[in-house]
Amino acid sequence: MSDPAARFVALEGVSLRYGGAAQGTLAVQGLDIAIRRGEFAAVVGPSGCGKSTLMKLVTGLAPASEGAVIVGGHEVAGPLKIVGMAFQNPTLLPWRTTLDNVLLPLEIVEPYKATFRRDREKHVARARALLATVGLAGFEGKYPWELSGGMQQRASLCRSLIHEPALLMLDEPFAALDAFTREELWAVLQALWMERRFTCILVTHDLREAVYLADTVHVMSARPGRVIETRVIDLPRPRDLDASFAPDFVEIVQGLRARIAEARAEQLRAAA
Amino acid sequence: MSPRMQGTVLPWLVVAAMFVVWEIGVTAAGLPPFVLPAPSAVFAAFAEFYGPIMGHAMHTLGTTLAGFALSVVGGVALGVAVGSSAVAYRALFPVLIGFNSIPKVAIVPVLIIWFGIGAVPAIITACLISFFPITVNVATGIATVEPELRDVLRSLGATKLDILRKVGLPRAAPYFFASLKVAITLAFVGSIISETVGSNEGVGYLMIQASSRFQIPLVFAALLVVAAMGVAMYLVFAVIERRMTFWATRGIDAAYATGG
Repeated sequence: MSDPAARFVALEGVSLRYGGAAQGTLAVQGLDIAIRRGEFAAVVGPSGCGKSTLMKLVTGLAPASEGAVIVGGHEVAGPLKIVGMAFQNPTLLPWRTTLDNVLLPLEIVEPYKATFRRDREKHVARARALLATVGLAGFEGKYPWELSGGMQQRASLCRSLIHEPALLMLDEPFAALDAFTREELWAVLQALWMERRFTCILVTHDLREAVYLADTVHVMSARPGRVIETRVIDLPRPRDLDASFAPDFVEIVQGLRARIAEARAEQLRAAA
Repeated sequence: MSPRMQGTVLPWLVVAAMFVVWEIGVTAAGLPPFVLPAPSAVFAAFAEFYGPIMGHAMHTLGTTLAGFALSVVGGVALGVAVGSSAVAYRALFPVLIGFNSIPKVAIVPVLIIWFGIGAVPAIITACLISFFPITVNVATGIATVEPELRDVLRSLGATKLDILRKVGLPRAAPYFFASLKVAITLAFVGSIISETVGSNEGVGYLMIQASSRFQIPLVFAALLVVAAMGVAMYLVFAVIERRMTFWATRGIDAAYATGG
C-alpha cells in the first residue's frame, strides 16, 4: 500500500459527476484501480462506461468529484505534465511536417521548452530516431495529410512519447484503423513499450488488443463505471499475432467478453 | 484548355461577352446615354477623363487600404478575444451582430460631423464595414480547435497562450485569409459610400458630381475602375492566401490540374 512503485497510478473510491452536483450524470462511481510503475494496463468495458472519463481523471484534465487520484505519489490537482496522450483521432497539425508535429511537445513542456531553440539539433535527431522505430523513416518532411491513417497514428504515438513521459495514456488509438494496420501497430506499440518501459494505460473496446498488449486488463461496469474485474495477463513477451490465436489467449478473451456481456445485461435490466 | 488557363481566360471572355450584349442591347433599344450608356460611350468617357478618374481612384484606393488595414488589426484582435474566451464570446457577439446590422451609410453623416469632410470618414467607414467577416472567421478558427488536441497540449502544461500560438492562430489562418478576400471588397464599398455622402475627393465624389451633371458614361467609367480595383485586390489576397495556407487546400490545385 505504501510502496509508491506498486501504486504509481492509483484511483481510490473515485466518482465523477458531469454537469452539476445533484442532477448531473454520474460517469464513474467508486472507481478503484492501482497500476504499478512500468506496467501496461488496459481498460475495457461496454460503451459509455466512462473509459474516457478515466483518462481525464488520471491526467488531471477533469477533477474527481469524490475520492483521490494519485499519480507518482502525489494527488492529482491539475493537468499533469509527465503524461503523453494519443487518441483515436491522430490530431496532427496539418500546417506542420511530421517531424515538426513530433517536436511539438518539446516546444511546450518543461524542461525542454526553455532550451528548445538551442537544443533543436539534438531534439530533431531524437525525433528522427523515434520516427524510424515506428517505420516512418523518410516521411519526416511529409505533411500529415500526405500520410495514411496508420502512418498518422504512428506519428501521433511518436508525438506522445517524444518528451519521454513517465505515463502514456492511449484512448482507443487504433479504433479507426483497418484490422491489418491495427495489428501492425500493436506490434509497434509493444516494441516501444518493451524498449522504454513507461507506464501505459490503454483504453480500448477491442479485447484482443487489450490481451495482446497489456499486463493487466481492468473490466469496467456499465455507467456509472467502476472496475468489476482485474485480470492479469501473464503470457510471455514479446507476444505475436500467432499467439493471439492460441487457446490460452482465446480463453482469456472469451472470459473478458463474458464479463462485459454480463455488465451490458445488467445495464439493460437497469434501464428496463 | 488547362484549368489554370481557364481561370485566366474565361473571366475575360465573360466580361467581353457582357460588353457585347450590353452594346447591342443599348443600340437596339435606342437608349439615350444619360439613361444607360453603351460600353463604347463608357470607354470614350474613360479615355477622355483618364487623369481625373485615376486621381480619384488612387485616392479611394488609399482610403480603402487604410480602412482595411485598421479593420484587419481590429478584426483579428476581436476575433482572437471572441474565439478564445467563452465569456468574451457571450459578452461581445450579440453586440457585434447588432452593430453589423446597422447600415453604415447611416453612420457616415455622423462621422462627417465628427471628423469633417475628407478622407477620415471614408477610412472609418471602410474599416467598420469590413471588420466583421474577419472577426467571425478568426473567432471560428480559434474556437474550433479539437478538444482532444487541447487535452494533449494541456496535459503537457500548455498555457492558454501556448495553445493560441501553437494551434489556435495557425488553425485560424485559412479562415482569416478567406475573410480578407471578402473584407477588401467590402472596404471599397465602405469608402465609396462615405465619399458619395460627403467628400471632395475619391471615386464616390466623382460619381455623384458626374451624375448630377448627367455625365452617366463617366459614372459607369468610374464604376468599372472600382470593379477592376476590387478584383485586383482580391487577387492579391488570393495569392497571399495560397502561399500562407497551402496546407489547408492539401494540394487540391495540383490534383485538379492532373485530373482536368
